[in-house]
Amino acid sequence: MKTLVLVEHDNANMKDATLAVVTAASQLGEVHALVIGSGCASVAEQVAKVAGVATVHVADDASLANQLAENAAPLIASLMETHDAFLAPATTTGKNIAPRVAALLDVMQISDILSVESEDTFTRPIYAGNAIATVKSSDAKKVITVRGTAFDKAATEGGSGTIEAVGGASDAGLSSFVSEEIAKSERPELTSAKIIVSGGRALGSGEKFEEVITPLADKLGAGIGASRAAVDAGYVPNDYQVGQTGKIVAPEVYIAIGISGAIQHLAGMKDSKIIVAINKDEDAPIFQVADIGLVADLFDAVPELTSKV
Amino acid sequence: MKILVPVKRVIDYNVKPRVKSDGSGVDLANVKMSMNPFDEISVEEAIRLKEAGKAEEIIAVSVGPQKAQETLRTALAMGADRAILVVTDEEVEPLGVAKILAKIVEEEQPKLVITGKQAIDDDSNQTGQMLAALLGWGQGTFANTVELDSDSITVKREIDGGLQTVKLNLPAVVTTDLRLNEPRYASLPNIMKAKKKPMDEKTPADYGVDISPRLTTITVTEPPVRQAGEKVEDVDALVAKLKAVGAI
Repeated sequence: MKTLVLVEHDNANMKDATLAVVTAASQLGEVHALVIGSGCASVAEQVAKVAGVATVHVADDASLANQLAENAAPLIASLMETHDAFLAPATTTGKNIAPRVAALLDVMQISDILSVESEDTFTRPIYAGNAIATVKSSDAKKVITVRGTAFDKAATEGGSGTIEAVGGASDAGLSSFVSEEIAKSERPELTSAKIIVSGGRALGSGEKFEEVITPLADKLGAGIGASRAAVDAGYVPNDYQVGQTGKIVAPEVYIAIGISGAIQHLAGMKDSKIIVAINKDEDAPIFQVADIGLVADLFDAVPELTSKV
Repeated sequence: MKILVPVKRVIDYNVKPRVKSDGSGVDLANVKMSMNPFDEISVEEAIRLKEAGKAEEIIAVSVGPQKAQETLRTALAMGADRAILVVTDEEVEPLGVAKILAKIVEEEQPKLVITGKQAIDDDSNQTGQMLAALLGWGQGTFANTVELDSDSITVKREIDGGLQTVKLNLPAVVTTDLRLNEPRYASLPNIMKAKKKPMDEKTPADYGVDISPRLTTITVTEPPVRQAGEKVEDVDALVAKLKAVGAI
């Protein structure tokens, strides 16, 4: 089987999310990667070095600079004439583009796979991860998004894929990019952080969130996450949200502070290796999944913890 | 301008789903069902656009069992003008739903479709994008803010790194994210009034589209259960424990 992997990148660097997809694709067959972007030659070179990648197709065109789904999907659909499976990371980019490709190919997409059971059978979470479905696809071509935390990352060195330019990109004339507000941070990205410190509504305000959570995260070199409640309340921006419909994370250590543990939040972090919970309410559901729990007022406990780690 | 709002009847978001012991699925018997929360946000957004004088009519659509009419009545009580129920007891996959919606769009000619980014039962996150592809329309997924003009819509999208703004020609499909708005509750008088609003009943066969499933569910199982660990007394004990397990 010939697979086509959508590379996650920002036109300069390949993102880690790509590597889990390469691993998933390699379980299906030969791995071909696709970089769509503008001025993205350096990304193609990085992808060519990823272990297991045979070919890197590069569609470098001004109309693809922001990877608008309207422009990307027809190009991917045409490449699928010579590939059997399209795999994208279950990131906002992959989730935006893949279903559009699937519909153009008249294929039912398999979202957010956790494992490859055979070339047509996969497992995927449903009901916020409260159930795992094993599904078999009868479509001739497969369109798949891959949960990054469920697959090992392919090695970024050792590969020697050949780079091939892909033509035929054009502006579909349906949409245009206006602007982007991308948070610039020295912190590790949530989806690749080893430690995550995450705050909930109990913080009470954006100022308190900053005052209590940030120093601990700084000390631990951790990424910062939040519950939906904290994001909805405006304490932190949307890209902090961990949960069913936010980011899915599985760090070595997840420290949940003032987070009660709604099932929608647990769906995003329960595969973390060690879960630590600090909460005033000893009956909070978060303690049912926490390896280490501390029942305490977070405004006392967290600064003390920060000073002692 | 007409706005089409597809809504789905799903397990209530407060209910913890239980996997059936025979592995055939999730037990939905006697479980509270509600409108998919993202679809409530869609209905609310359509109503706000109408209230702002930017839309004239809101049509709510649901593909599902007869009982999905309750979900449509909720949409009508919130402020949708009329509803279309496409009745089927089969489970229709996002691709099938998108095909039915595309036919309804052909008939109704809305300039905007607003739907939830994902349903909280199958967590697919596909229908809006598929519909946009089938119609050859632009798509504004995971919307945080929308600004509707007569021939275009500007959508601020929630993406992994922050926010991205795109401008789409109309007609277009928008899928909603959590921060787009806070849906209203239907008032009692509006719930009463909704009972008199028109609701058409159709079947998938009326639209002549093939909705036979492409995926077969082989089994549904419980995820591995995480055991609660231990509670520690104070911060010193927490630090000691973290060190003991090599966490810090």
